[in-house]
Amino acid sequence: MATTISIDPVTRIEGHARISLYLDENHRVSDCRLHVTQFRGFEAFCRGRPLEEMPALTARTCGICPVSHLLASAKACDELLAVRIPPAAELLRRLLNYGQLVQSHALSFFHLASPDLLLGMDADPGQRNLFGVAAAMPEVARDGIALRRFGQQLIQRLAGKRIHPAWVVAGGVSRPLERKTGSIILAELPAMLTAARNNLARLQGVLENFQAEIASFANFPSGYLALAGTGGRPEYYDGPLRLLDQRGQELFSEPVAANYGHHLAEKVEPDSYLKSPYYRPLGPEEGMYRVGPLARLNAATACGTPTADEALAAFRELSSNGPVASSFHYHYARLIEIIHALEKIEELLGEEATYDCRVRATAGANAPEGTGICEAPRGTLIHHYRIDEQGLISGVNMIIATGHNNLAMNRGLLQASRAFIDDGDMALVAPTDQAAPPAIREGLLNRLEAVIRCYDPCLSCSTHALGQMPLAVELRRNSGEFIGRVTREMAANHD
Amino acid sequence: MSGGRVITLTIDDRDCGAREEQTILEVARENGIFIPTLCHLGGLHPVGACRICIVDVEGIARPQPACVTRPVEGMRVATDSPGLRRQRRLILELMLAEGNHVCSVCVVNGHCELQELALQLGVDHLELPALYPRREVDASHPRFSLDRNRCVLCTRCVRVCSEIEGAHTWDVMGRGLASTVISDLNQPWGEAESCTTCGKCVQVCPTGALFDKGKAPGEMRKRHSFLPLLTAMREEE
Ligand code: SF4
Ligand code: SF4
Repeated sequence: MATTISIDPVTRIEGHARISLYLDENHRVSDCRLHVTQFRGFEAFCRGRPLEEMPALTARTCGICPVSHLLASAKACDELLAVRIPPAAELLRRLLNYGQLVQSHALSFFHLASPDLLLGMDADPGQRNLFGVAAAMPEVARDGIALRRFGQQLIQRLAGKRIHPAWVVAGGVSRPLERKTGSIILAELPAMLTAARNNLARLQGVLENFQAEIASFANFPSGYLALAGTGGRPEYYDGPLRLLDQRGQELFSEPVAANYGHHLAEKVEPDSYLKSPYYRPLGPEEGMYRVGPLARLNAATACGTPTADEALAAFRELSSNGPVASSFHYHYARLIEIIHALEKIEELLGEEATYDCRVRATAGANAPEGTGICEAPRGTLIHHYRIDEQGLISGVNMIIATGHNNLAMNRGLLQASRAFIDDGDMALVAPTDQAAPPAIREGLLNRLEAVIRCYDPCLSCSTHALGQMPLAVELRRNSGEFIGRVTREMAANHD
Repeated sequence: MSGGRVITLTIDDRDCGAREEQTILEVARENGIFIPTLCHLGGLHPVGACRICIVDVEGIARPQPACVTRPVEGMRVATDSPGLRRQRRLILELMLAEGNHVCSVCVVNGHCELQELALQLGVDHLELPALYPRREVDASHPRFSLDRNRCVLCTRCVRVCSEIEGAHTWDVMGRGLASTVISDLNQPWGEAESCTTCGKCVQVCPTGALFDKGKAPGEMRKRHSFLPLLTAMREEE
């Protein structure tokens, strides 16, 4: 009899993810689904609002990466105004995006992933958090906190306290950057770069402990979607949208943002509010692709900044033929991107044009439709708006990075659960096993969670305080009948 | 200074002198006594629309709006008490619950008289259930927009347009919850022929209901210092 196991984040129910494992008669995992309930009613919420509100509105609605929404939204609004924004505005928006990249990746890598990576997947759950890392390797925790703060401060220095929503605006930004502020940021850079390099070396040193995870954490061929920079460089703010196939061959490169829909189709699942886009010509199975750090580095031939280029060369060696396929290496890619972002910040702050005082183009609503695409830390982010004759929003479509990765996350969870759930685990959901509490190992819960974490999805549960998602496994028969539930605490007692 | 009989009254136990054509609000302000207001704006006729300025008058059971109540010889007025504060908070809550106020994305966020008042009166959340009405934004005017979701029906726009500009583009239509400001004969603002595009209504509106187009959240600052100057100059003529 087929049975479903659902894994729920228990303490934060609203708007978050749940994992269901479908088991066949032999108690082997047959399918896996990550349910996400986000963006409910968002489109209705925006309809009728003035376009100028959209950057702030979207940034406030999706609080996990507000800067990315500000940027994609403002880019879509630039198109609605039909303006070319001033050069300084573009440079400043890029600067902001790199700041966001550093802070978000630092959070993902140090606060959330490093406990698994540096202490081990099966380490005592009580220790497997940032505090545990701080006790065992104080310099790592220090570097993580410093890098995150650097990114956050950069954002604050540009956009004002608490990401003042009105800095990134339709048509540019609202205030130029003062040279004084630029110098302050520049002075902090060398230490940040050293911190990022040291931790890259540290990660490279422990990789061999994770051969099993590397092999089974969403290690499969897929497409890779990212903005394309000039000369094969990674691009985060603006450029053609480009998809590579599993061998690294280009499937399309689309210079016109508005045409994204020609190439990408969106699958809507009845049990999830997150749409799952795929490459239209190949369908949802074959056309599945990944976005984010791994995709961006797979798509790049060079970073164009010295330290990141060295790191990229080492990264390339992970795969002898074509793209690096294991999602486990998202972590690795994230560290390289931190380094690259720091080097780009230095470059931008050294440019005269960054400090120009003309930062905003003003105009009314001049085009019926606008699309903005940028690379959020988690991957490609698309905002697409339509407005009526008065400039009020009449249609919204957003594809967020976590959506792009949805199909790949499901496939990754399936692969990992097949590899790490053994027959002993499965026996507990045998139909005869009514009374005994199910004995799923905590290490298994942690691995499933770690698969999700590779992608750093923007689910609030994925950034839970101490770096552990509050998980519970719900066991149900196919009929929906409840068998039992395991929380992380209960699982820990079984280990 | 115009004539009129001199009256003595007490406000918050302070003896105050007043002329009979003044209002309690004016007398209180002359004497440095603060009474919160919203619909009131110096230079426009007071209408007592919002009732935020209510005060207790000895011998009268119900609180009275200070902006339209005249002083009377021997009157004893109290401007502050736990009861008045509670009622003011309730009035403000009703206003907020009747519209849609999402301050974080509002053009006047940080420079809003309504927001400021909520802060002053300690209204940081709604105890009443919000109505979440669906009200449309009128962005048909080339320079300005009206977002009725943020309108508190103070009628400052109506008054400034009629009393100062002399156009009388704005008025209020409907009753109770259905009341709404309209331009001309309930046409889209952009089609209202009487509108001179002077922008006075935008500047006096205490909330983010009337605003300049193209402003991002928090960017709109209202300026109404022109109003006392205009009225003073007209009085001189
Ligand atoms: S009008 Fe004032 S109270 Fe209403 S949303 Fe705007 S800032 Fe907030
Ligand atoms: S639009 Fe503004 S000024 Fe006019 S009534 Fe509404 S809140 Fe008052």
